[in-house]
Amino acid sequence: MRLNRRSLLAAGAATGAFAGHRRSARAQAANTIRLGVLSDMSGPYRDTTGPGSVVLTRQAVQDFGSRGFEVEVLQADHQNKPDVGANIARQWFDQGVDVVIDLPTSSVALAVNNVAREKNKVHLNSGAASSDLTGAQCSPNTVHWTYDTYMLAKSTGAAIVKQGGDSWYFITADYAFGHALERDTANFVRGAGGKVLGAARYPFPATTDFSAFIVQAQASRAKVLGLANASTDTVNAIKAAREFGLQRNMKFAALLMGVVDIKSLGLESAQGLLLTEAFYWDLNDRTRALTERVRAKNEGRPPAMVPAGCYGATLHYLKAVANLGVAQAKASGIEAVNRMKAMPADDDAFGASTIRVDGRCLHPGYLFEVKSPGESRNPWDLYKLVATTPGEEAFRPLAEGGCSLVKT
Amino acid sequence: MDEIFGIPLPLLFGQLLLGLINGAFYAMLSLGLAVIFGLLNIVNMAHGAQFMMGAFAAWMLLAWFGIGYWWALIIAPIIVAITGIILEKLFISRLYKLDHLYGLLLTFGLALIIEGIFRNEFGSSGLPYRIPPELSGAWDLGFMFMPVYRGWVVVAALVLCLATWLLIEKTRLGAYLRAATERAELVQAFGVNVPRMITLTYGFGVGLAAIGGVLAAPIYSVNPQMGSNLIIVVFAVVVIGGMGSIMGAIVTGFALGIVEGLTKVFWPEASATVIFVIMAIVLLARPAGLFGRA
Repeated sequence: MRLNRRSLLAAGAATGAFAGHRRSARAQAANTIRLGVLSDMSGPYRDTTGPGSVVLTRQAVQDFGSRGFEVEVLQADHQNKPDVGANIARQWFDQGVDVVIDLPTSSVALAVNNVAREKNKVHLNSGAASSDLTGAQCSPNTVHWTYDTYMLAKSTGAAIVKQGGDSWYFITADYAFGHALERDTANFVRGAGGKVLGAARYPFPATTDFSAFIVQAQASRAKVLGLANASTDTVNAIKAAREFGLQRNMKFAALLMGVVDIKSLGLESAQGLLLTEAFYWDLNDRTRALTERVRAKNEGRPPAMVPAGCYGATLHYLKAVANLGVAQAKASGIEAVNRMKAMPADDDAFGASTIRVDGRCLHPGYLFEVKSPGESRNPWDLYKLVATTPGEEAFRPLAEGGCSLVKT
Repeated sequence: MDEIFGIPLPLLFGQLLLGLINGAFYAMLSLGLAVIFGLLNIVNMAHGAQFMMGAFAAWMLLAWFGIGYWWALIIAPIIVAITGIILEKLFISRLYKLDHLYGLLLTFGLALIIEGIFRNEFGSSGLPYRIPPELSGAWDLGFMFMPVYRGWVVVAALVLCLATWLLIEKTRLGAYLRAATERAELVQAFGVNVPRMITLTYGFGVGLAAIGGVLAAPIYSVNPQMGSNLIIVVFAVVVIGGMGSIMGAIVTGFALGIVEGLTKVFWPEASATVIFVIMAIVLLARPAGLFGRA
C-alpha cells in the first residue's frame, strides 16, 4: 500500500473508529449484566440440568425484554467437581460476571456458595439438593430456587404415609446426599405415624446391580420402598424391583426423580411411581405457554424442573436489577439479593413465589403419580397430580434451619 | 438353625443365587478380556465401552428397525465386533510389538472417545429396553422370587463361557491361535495367516463384550456410562483369575459374584470394595493370579 494522503486518512479513520469502539465497549460493559450458567454439561446430570438450564436462562432473558441494559449469558461445565466449579466461578467473577446460575451437585454448590460470598456476587441455585444452602451454609448472596431434600422428603414421605404406606424400607446411596434424603424422609415418616423397617446403603457410584438390596427389601415386608438416590441408580433400582415383582406388595417412592428419568425408564416400568417435583410442563396454562416458547430450542423436549428454576430465578433477578439500577446491582450481590427478597416473584414456571430471609424461594411442591402407558396421550404426558403442598408449608421452617441470617 | 449371623437362611440362599447371576456377567465379560489379553497381549480398556455399544446396538435395532431381542443377540455382537475389527486394523495392530502400556493407553483413549460420542448423541440418562415377553415373570422358589430373565442370563453365560473355553483349548483353531501367540513367525511359516487370525480374535473378544451388553440391556439402564462402572470390577476379576487364563476368568467371575453377593447381605457398604481387597491379597500371595501361569 503506498503511503499517500488517502491511505493515511483511511488509517487515521480506522484507528479512531477502533479507539471509539473500545471506549464505547467499556461503557457498554458497565451497562451489561453478565450471567454465568455453571452446570453439569457432560456427566450424569447433563440431561436434567446442563444445556437445558442454559436454554431456559436465555429464555428468561428474552422474556424479560429490554429495559435499558444488556444481558449476556455464558456457560461452563463444572464436571461435578467442587474444585473445577470453584475455579470457574472465581475466574468468572474476576472477569465481571455478576451471577452464577444452576450449580447442580451439592458439593459444587456449597463450594461456589463460598466464592460468591467472598466476591459479593450472586449465586442463584436451582440444581442442588442440599438444604444446607439455606441452613447452616446460608449466605446473603444466595437464593435457592426449585427444590431441596426437605421439600422432597416432606411432600413424598408424609403424603405416602397418609395414603396408608406406613412402613418403609430404604435403598440409599451411601454418600451425603443419600443420607440426607433418607434422614429427612424417615423423620417425616415417623412424624406422620409410620415406621422405618430398615435401610440398605450401597456404594455410590459403583453399584449397577440392585437385586441383592431389592431382595432384602422384599424380606422386610415393608409397604413402601423408599429410593434415596437419583438418576441412573433410581432407574436401575426400579428396573430390578419390577423384575422381582416387588410392585405386587410395595409402593415405590422415588425421592428424587424427574421427567427425564421417567423417559429413560419407560412408562411400562415407571407406572404408579410417586414422586415430587416443583415444576411440570403440563401443570397449567402458564407452564404450557412457557413450554411452547422453549420446546424447539430445548431439543424438542419440555423443560425439566431444574432448568425451569433457572428461568424463574433469572427472570426475578433481572427484575430486581431493573428496580435497583444496574450499577448498584453490579456493585453488590447482597443488595441485588435483598431486592429479590423484597419483591414478590411471579413467572410462568412457578407462578407467584416469595424469597425468604434465608434465601429459600417458596413455591408449592407437587406430588405426582406416573401414568400407565394406556393413560398417556402424548410422549411427554407422564404425570397425574395427586397432592399439592403450598409454598409456606413445603419447606423447612425458618427457625429450624440454623441460618445465621435469621434473627430470632 | 434357621439363621446365620442374624440373617435368615432363606434370605441367604436368595443372595447366593443372586451372586451367582452377577457372577455370570462378570465371567462373560472377563472372558472376553482374558481372551484378548491372553492371546493378543493387549489390555483392552475399551471392553466396557464395547459392552455399552452392544446394549446400544440392541436398543437401536429395536427402536429404529423393530428387530427384537432374540435377533439382537446375534446381530448386535456382529456389528460391534466389526467396529472392533476396524479399530484393531487401524490402531491397535500397530502396538503389538510395544510395551503393554501403550495398548492400555490407546484402548483407554478409545473408550473415552466412544463414551463421549454416545453421550453427545443420546444424552446421559439412558434409554428404555424391555425384557422380552417370553422371559418376563418370576418363579416362586419359596425362599425368594427368581426372575425368569436372570435365570436365562446364567444359562446363556454358562453356555458362552464353556463354548469359548472349548473352542480355544480343545479345537485345532484354538491350538493355532495359542501357538501364534507364542511363536508367531513359526506358525506363519506353516502357512497360517496369523495377522488375520489375531484380528478375528480381537473381534471375537469384542463380540463377547457386546453380547454381554445385549444380555444386560433389559435389566440395567442403557446409558453411555454403563460400561465404565463395570469394567473396573471385571479387570479385578481377570487379575485375580490370572491374566492369561480362560478357565481362571470364568471360575473367578462366578466365585467373586458369590462373594460380592454375600458381602451385600452382611455389610452392604463394602460390597464394591471387597473384590479389590481380594485382588490385593491374591496379588500378594500369588502374583500370577489364582490360575495364571507366570
